[in-house]
Amino acid sequence: MTDEHQTLALLLFSGFVAVTLAITTWVSRNRRGSAEEFYAGGRLFSPMENGFAIAGDYMSAASFLGVTGLIALFGYDGLLYVVGFLVAWLVVLFLVAELVRNCGRFTLADVVAARMRERPVRIAAGTSSVTVSVLYLVAQMVGAGSLVALLLGGTSEAARDWTVIGVGALMVIYVSLGGMRATTWIQIVKAVLLLGGTIALTVLVLMRFHGDLDRLLLTAAERSGHGQAFLAPGLKYGGDWTARFDFISLGLALVLGTAGLPHILSRFYTVPTARAARRSVVWAVGLIGGFYLMTIVLGFGAAAVVGPDAVRGSNAAGNTAVPLLALDLGGGAGSTGGTVLFAIVAAVAFATILAVVAGITLASSASVAHDLYASLRRPRGKPRSEVAVARVAAVGVGVVAIALGLLARDLNVAFLVGLAFAVAASANLPVLLYSLFWSRFTTRGAVWAVYGGLVPALVLVVLSPVVSGSPDSLFPSVDFRYFPLQNPGLVSIPLGFLAGWLGTVTSAEVPDEARHAETEVRSLTGAGAA
Amino acid sequence: MQPSKGRPRRDGAGQESPVEPLDGVGPVPADEAGRLRYDDPWYDALASGWGESVGAGVPDPAVVPSARREGETGVAAADVYLEVQRSEAFQEVRRRYRRFVVPGFVAFFAWYVGYVVAATTAPELMARPVAGAVNVALVAGLGQFLSTFLFTWAYARHARLRRDRAALELRWDTQELTRGVNGGVS
Repeated sequence: MTDEHQTLALLLFSGFVAVTLAITTWVSRNRRGSAEEFYAGGRLFSPMENGFAIAGDYMSAASFLGVTGLIALFGYDGLLYVVGFLVAWLVVLFLVAELVRNCGRFTLADVVAARMRERPVRIAAGTSSVTVSVLYLVAQMVGAGSLVALLLGGTSEAARDWTVIGVGALMVIYVSLGGMRATTWIQIVKAVLLLGGTIALTVLVLMRFHGDLDRLLLTAAERSGHGQAFLAPGLKYGGDWTARFDFISLGLALVLGTAGLPHILSRFYTVPTARAARRSVVWAVGLIGGFYLMTIVLGFGAAAVVGPDAVRGSNAAGNTAVPLLALDLGGGAGSTGGTVLFAIVAAVAFATILAVVAGITLASSASVAHDLYASLRRPRGKPRSEVAVARVAAVGVGVVAIALGLLARDLNVAFLVGLAFAVAASANLPVLLYSLFWSRFTTRGAVWAVYGGLVPALVLVVLSPVVSGSPDSLFPSVDFRYFPLQNPGLVSIPLGFLAGWLGTVTSAEVPDEARHAETEVRSLTGAGAA
Repeated sequence: MQPSKGRPRRDGAGQESPVEPLDGVGPVPADEAGRLRYDDPWYDALASGWGESVGAGVPDPAVVPSARREGETGVAAADVYLEVQRSEAFQEVRRRYRRFVVPGFVAFFAWYVGYVVAATTAPELMARPVAGAVNVALVAGLGQFLSTFLFTWAYARHARLRRDRAALELRWDTQELTRGVNGGVS
């Protein structure tokens, strides 16, 4: 990549940072410093604003760069990811969005704790939420590091490390100064930029093929060297049965995990009513669906225009497919159009990572301050303002994520994201659904559901080929691989549901009928909602 | 809560505007509520069509116990929720929600799992050509997108026409009852 690319990309990216910092300052100029304001932005966003922010929170660099790369390299198998990411929103819309908005105040634990003994439930749900957030954060940090190495030419270790540190520091500033209001506006700006960039590239791809999608697909299949097999499943996940089960596991984790992601749940508290929460999801489904449809075109476009060999030559995982496509569509390397498009794509990818990272940091700082700190602090200790604790927690989470991001920089980003979804689906979703829909659910059931999903998910990953026993794993030299799949979802999600059921039927506690009635009435009507 | 809206008015979904200042939907006469237009284009584009008989609407609100009367008898807050939960109006809202959500969830989840399993275990079937470069797999993938959009639209429409008004009235009634319990101020 040439100097021109770098300079222009850096300029555009600095522009984005300046704009977002300005938003943060402007938004926080006369904030009231209440928890309502910090965690939920005063709950006064409109459904459209929140829909854009949800889309901005959800469309990560992993989808923009990673999934298009997968499609460019493996054809149809990349498309399978995209479908899971989108269908997941039906679970959110049908079972979670409105009810969570009505029952909770700031976090997942609020919904569960309303019916149960508060302390153990808050500690359990807080722990799992922070775990999911940190996993997801590490994925984004690693993505940021490899992105800068790939796009700005600085393949040196130092450039990567400083990018990770810089991204982490920026997000801590956004979150601890601006809270939910600044984070939301950053996500809205990012969603608009990302959609704008994607639309422009899609139009250019379609113009290249004169709007003939059939020819686009045929050219992609032809250049891939696989022929028609490129347009059918099986190139990546079609091998032995382990690979097939691995994909089914990933598919389950993707579709069930979204409804348990803390940073997605916290977005529903930023609107005034359940109806507004529903309408924000409708907006988000429209935006996210449109975005993923375009990434399919871009993926096949990269295969047809750039060719899988050139993509693989630049980055083995395919992460540079979109930037390379942009370069080609703008007129090729050395041309002004190519340079500009390439720089825009690079800047948009950075903006994407920053915005996603800010959203997750905020959600995990809420879990730390609102759930863990509130439950664990010494009863006679001096009570601090929760928002002050949350600010400190944002810094702490940021430091942890930076450190882990530096340690884990060679891990595959898509795998880390899949893992975060699997843990969310195993630990957070069962307890949430049981609390909302099961009248006999008890405190022990809630605690067991969380740990019964969280622990197996993490243990299975440690015992999987990701960590040991294969050339690509974290510790290739040792072998304690006892679980064949990379993604634990197929086993750990049912275990989470099973543990919640088992804990409930074995506990001596009599379920509190009145508090279940309260949860049910509040969740469906919004009575007494914050 | 301000005393001025202590008693729920019953003239339609436009009622939400006092609590949803950003919604921008003015009061709407009751007879228009069934075809209420919302201020975002997503609704405008999709708000016609299938399935629900428009205006089959809201269960008889009179079934909810009168707020004033219950407030004066002074039941505990917990009992208020139990009472509302047992009321016919709430049961109806819950029934409508579950009757849509449970079959809907089963349908889209089975369709998704079937799609993933077919893609991983039956690649020959998925590779069968349909038209030009398009094969069964591409049709199924785009079908997932289409079905997601359709389910989203159907859910939003069902909730808007069949649950929102009843749920809002229950909300006011419940809050009125708990307010009565808490001594008339909140």
